[in-house]
Amino acid sequence: MSAVEARGVGKVFSSRSGDVVALEGIDLTVAAGEFVALIGPSGCGKSTLLRLIADLDAPTTGELTVFGKTPQQAREAQDYGIAFQQAGLLPWRTVTANVELPLELHGVGKAERAGRARELLSLVGLDDFAGHFPHQLSGGMQQRVAIARSLAERPSLLLMDEPFGALDEMTRERMQTELVRICAESGAAVVFVTHSIPEAVFLSQRVVVMSPRPGRISAVVPVNLGDVRGEGLREDASFFAAVTAVREALHGTPVTARGVDLR
Amino acid sequence: MTASAVRRWVAPVVLGVLALLLWQAFVVGAGIKPYLLPSPTAIVEQLVLVLPLVWSAALATGMNVLVGLVVGSVVAVGAAVVAARSRMADTLLSPTAAALSVMPIVALAPALNTMFGTTSTTPRRLVVSVVVFAPVFVNMLRGLRQVQPVHRDLLKAYAATPRQITRTVTIPGALPYLFTGLRIASSTAVIAAIVAEYFGGLQNGLGSRITSAASNSAYARAWAFVLGAILLGLVFYLATLALERTVARRQGG
Ligand SMILES: Nc1ncnc2c1ncn2[C@@H]1O[C@H](COP(=O)(O)OP(=O)(O)OP(=O)(O)O)[C@@H](O)[C@H]1O
Ligand SMILES: [Mg+2]
Repeated sequence: MSAVEARGVGKVFSSRSGDVVALEGIDLTVAAGEFVALIGPSGCGKSTLLRLIADLDAPTTGELTVFGKTPQQAREAQDYGIAFQQAGLLPWRTVTANVELPLELHGVGKAERAGRARELLSLVGLDDFAGHFPHQLSGGMQQRVAIARSLAERPSLLLMDEPFGALDEMTRERMQTELVRICAESGAAVVFVTHSIPEAVFLSQRVVVMSPRPGRISAVVPVNLGDVRGEGLREDASFFAAVTAVREALHGTPVTARGVDLR
Repeated sequence: MTASAVRRWVAPVVLGVLALLLWQAFVVGAGIKPYLLPSPTAIVEQLVLVLPLVWSAALATGMNVLVGLVVGSVVAVGAAVVAARSRMADTLLSPTAAALSVMPIVALAPALNTMFGTTSTTPRRLVVSVVVFAPVFVNMLRGLRQVQPVHRDLLKAYAATPRQITRTVTIPGALPYLFTGLRIASSTAVIAAIVAEYFGGLQNGLGSRITSAASNSAYARAWAFVLGAILLGLVFYLATLALERTVARRQGG
């Protein structure tokens, strides 16, 4: 069963100053365990698409299913974990308590929560900050806490909105490697929004390129770099070729058939 | 203490001492009658004399303030939680809060005295609760409405129940507002507790002591109790201010 299936999905925001067509005719299938990156200029509807999948907004047109269910059913069944564009930590909770939040809400016991939080914090390299409050952390560190939180319940679908945007290059590459490993281990499908072409290529099996006004999928670039992605890949010729392919798709230079799923 | 903290305290203290000196010089120099204005030294003399009495009176009034503050805030917080959840409750409660905030305690105190009898502290505590209600309710309600959209999304994504949302996001987020409301309410609460004693009833608090000293022409002693009232007000103000700061700092404010 596919993790996400969108058929002709559109989203119009109506306001007093007129309608904004944020998304139009989105057809997208994300297979279970597949890593898909969304890339496109600012305002092309990437966050909106993620919010529709997460059932935080409802599509105006089209059909959307998550693991064969409606987005609402999937949300209620806790099928996905989400990391927003802003970290969105609760400022009155310590780093640990923030990571534990979803576990706490779903009735996981104290000891198990603490153990899982410790595990996740060391994963994102924040063991030493467990007792800190969010305002004592840098933006990038806050973002890493949010990532740890999204992984807390080992979801089978991860929705991530520019999670590494606020990180320095070194941390960013380390987190990318970790994310690839986590996803390979857990078999989670990922919809990953990013503005970085190399990041999209390094992480994903397919890069979905979007164009703005109205937000559409303008190309889907398959990335055949295998499942095991080590640091060496970043300097590999196949990696650069894929980066070039995505760049051309993004800039609208004709590469391959546009708007067609190339799988 | 750091240098800046010292500087922050020095200026007001110097000003206060200077004002006291001027006051003393004025009273002595111009030969002002004590019933018009006693000198600071006369007041301090009296204060030392009646110190145990000032202390017990401050405790009695302070207890009324504390109980009224707690009762009024608990009711106000409960009402704000209900008002934040339901529009209908809001349309009922917000005008009530507005009405309570303009209700003159001067009118309320004698009425309550007759209701509860003159040997009861209940009327005074009720008066305090009433004046505390409005500022706490208004601030708490504002805080409850300040939930950040990203937090609302997060809790929705986790399929949290309305109860869980209130407990984990809405109430903690409203706490700084609550403590601001408490700080504002604390000064009015002290004033209300003292004024409520002007209308008869038990003779144990600062307000009653001030009126009885004044009616016995013991003006310096009346002022000694006024000094006690000022200190009591300061204690409540500083305590609630410290609470407000602590909560705000915890949240990075
Ligand atoms: N709640 C909303 N109400 C009205 N318009 C909205 C709303 N949310 C998004 N939009 C509009 O929809 C369009 C897509 O927004 P979206 O946030 O999805 O873009 P994005 O691709 O995530 O951009 P960025 O890369 O800058 O994050 C924008 O034109 C935006 O103005
Ligand atoms: Mg966005």
